[in-house]
Amino acid sequence: MGNLLGVYTIWYRDILRFWRDKMRMIGAITFPLLFLVVFGSGLSSSIGFMAPGVDFAKFMFPGVIGMTVLMTAFMSGISVVWDREFGFLKEVLVAPVSRGAVAVGKTLGGATVALIQGLMILIFAPIIGVSLSPVTVLKLIPLMFLLATALGAAGILLATRIRSMEAFQMTMQMLMFPMIFLSGVFFPLSGLPSWMNALVKLNPATYGIDPIRQVVLGSMPAAAAAPGALPPMPYGITLFGHTMSIAQNVGVVAVFAAVMVLLAMWSFQRQE
Amino acid sequence: MPVIEVEHLVKRFGGLVAVNDISFTVSEGEVFGFLGPNGAGKTTTINILCTLSRPTAGRALVVGYDVVRQQTQVRQSIGLVFQDPSLDDRLTALENLRFHAMAYNLPAAQRRARIEEALRMVELWERRSHVVTTFSGGMKRRLELARGLLHHPRVLFLDEPTLGLDPQTRSRLWDFILDLRQREGTTIFLTTHYMDEAGHADRIAIIDYGRIIALDTPQNLKAGVGGDIVSLKTSDDASAAEEIGRRYQIEAKREGDGLTFEVAHGEEFIPGFIRDFGTEILSVSLRRPTLDDVFLKLTGREIREEAAPDQIKQMAHLHGRLRMRGR
Repeated sequence: MGNLLGVYTIWYRDILRFWRDKMRMIGAITFPLLFLVVFGSGLSSSIGFMAPGVDFAKFMFPGVIGMTVLMTAFMSGISVVWDREFGFLKEVLVAPVSRGAVAVGKTLGGATVALIQGLMILIFAPIIGVSLSPVTVLKLIPLMFLLATALGAAGILLATRIRSMEAFQMTMQMLMFPMIFLSGVFFPLSGLPSWMNALVKLNPATYGIDPIRQVVLGSMPAAAAAPGALPPMPYGITLFGHTMSIAQNVGVVAVFAAVMVLLAMWSFQRQE
Repeated sequence: MPVIEVEHLVKRFGGLVAVNDISFTVSEGEVFGFLGPNGAGKTTTINILCTLSRPTAGRALVVGYDVVRQQTQVRQSIGLVFQDPSLDDRLTALENLRFHAMAYNLPAAQRRARIEEALRMVELWERRSHVVTTFSGGMKRRLELARGLLHHPRVLFLDEPTLGLDPQTRSRLWDFILDLRQREGTTIFLTTHYMDEAGHADRIAIIDYGRIIALDTPQNLKAGVGGDIVSLKTSDDASAAEEIGRRYQIEAKREGDGLTFEVAHGEEFIPGFIRDFGTEILSVSLRRPTLDDVFLKLTGREIREEAAPDQIKQMAHLHGRLRMRGR
């Protein structure tokens, strides 16, 4: 009971801080927006259709949602480094809240902020030409939140190990950009060179992005599967000849998230 | 029953011994001061007592709970004001206290009243909805004090509570602290390197190089210096010193442009001394010993000069490690 209140307390502060900092909200969506506008508009005409009715901008849109969630959640770990730098972490560490609860509260706080920012990207759906029903949005929320929890915990884990702001930011970027570029945000997962294919499929983010894409764009239109119709399937992850269902993808991300949360809790425990 | 019990506490950082086998007890309602230069091991001791750092050896109990094995109970029973600021300065005063109230599991029904009481005590109630970045150093300190007291801790730890504050703010802060002790009977454990501040304590432990070198009431410590201090200026200091030695068997030390020596019952000593003294006296003054004199007597150094050069290097090293581990 005490631990639950502790988790809530830590979470609540993160949300309050996010709410206070309106610039951060705007800042966090300009980058994905840039991707949508520059790549989406710039490449759509030259690349053409990825699937019937799905041009490049449409194809990339769910990827950018996932990317926003992933980046925001992962970066939220910096608040721990920040709190250490400015002393507030001491107030947290000396409170009668278990360290595990602190790690969970921090993770959920970062995940919630990431979810909100991901949802903000949905506002641009009509401009891209993607129609979203309320049901689609409701399905997206848990998918986004799960991905956010996994990356949020990974960010916290990193923040407990790395103490300087500069080192944290550098490590973060070193990990984050390959994770984004090799997750199918910008390209279909089939027909990749084999070395790249291996990296993409080892990347946990891949399994977080793909279900978002499937939900936003709908399952493959039947026509696409018709013989000789079109280029290879633009979405769906194929592992050893088996195409992963949404539930299976979610399972992979859930396991990754659980491992990350446990590691973050363990690592926070060892803070002195 | 002692509120704090420390037995043979040791803390090493690599090869450096920050706390070297210290033992002491603090009783309920006492104001207990840790006095010593920077790097003497004061903050390290506090960090161990408040569960932020683990001792290398020895044992410490706070309100009967072991600081290593019963961390949650210890944390629930203590309040802290750290040496460095530890507020969330993007939040308002009220929000900082609300966070604390929730983290310390204060019943929701009591939260409002407690927060108001604490903020009124430190005279920040009017500023409750302002973001902490807009506060002055003294206001931040007062807010931290209010926060440390919010959950009515049995022991309040104050680590250099008035560091960097102007004298007026310092004395005001002390009014709050002493008033609190009066009303609530809170035990207060404080570290400082300000002598006048240590004077507020019921008992003082003087700590140097990680060891307690003296522990007593301020009165007894000062009495241990050996009397009052007479400062003298004469036309010929060398022969004056010789004369003092010959007549009173007291060694006079050259200090600045004059001489000083210690003597019991100074006010009775001086009239006869001036009447009988052979060397021409230009000025004479008498003062009671201060804790500065106590420290000087015990260590041969002044607390203000802090450390010799090789020690500074060691201290910087220690400080770096403390920053790394303590945060």
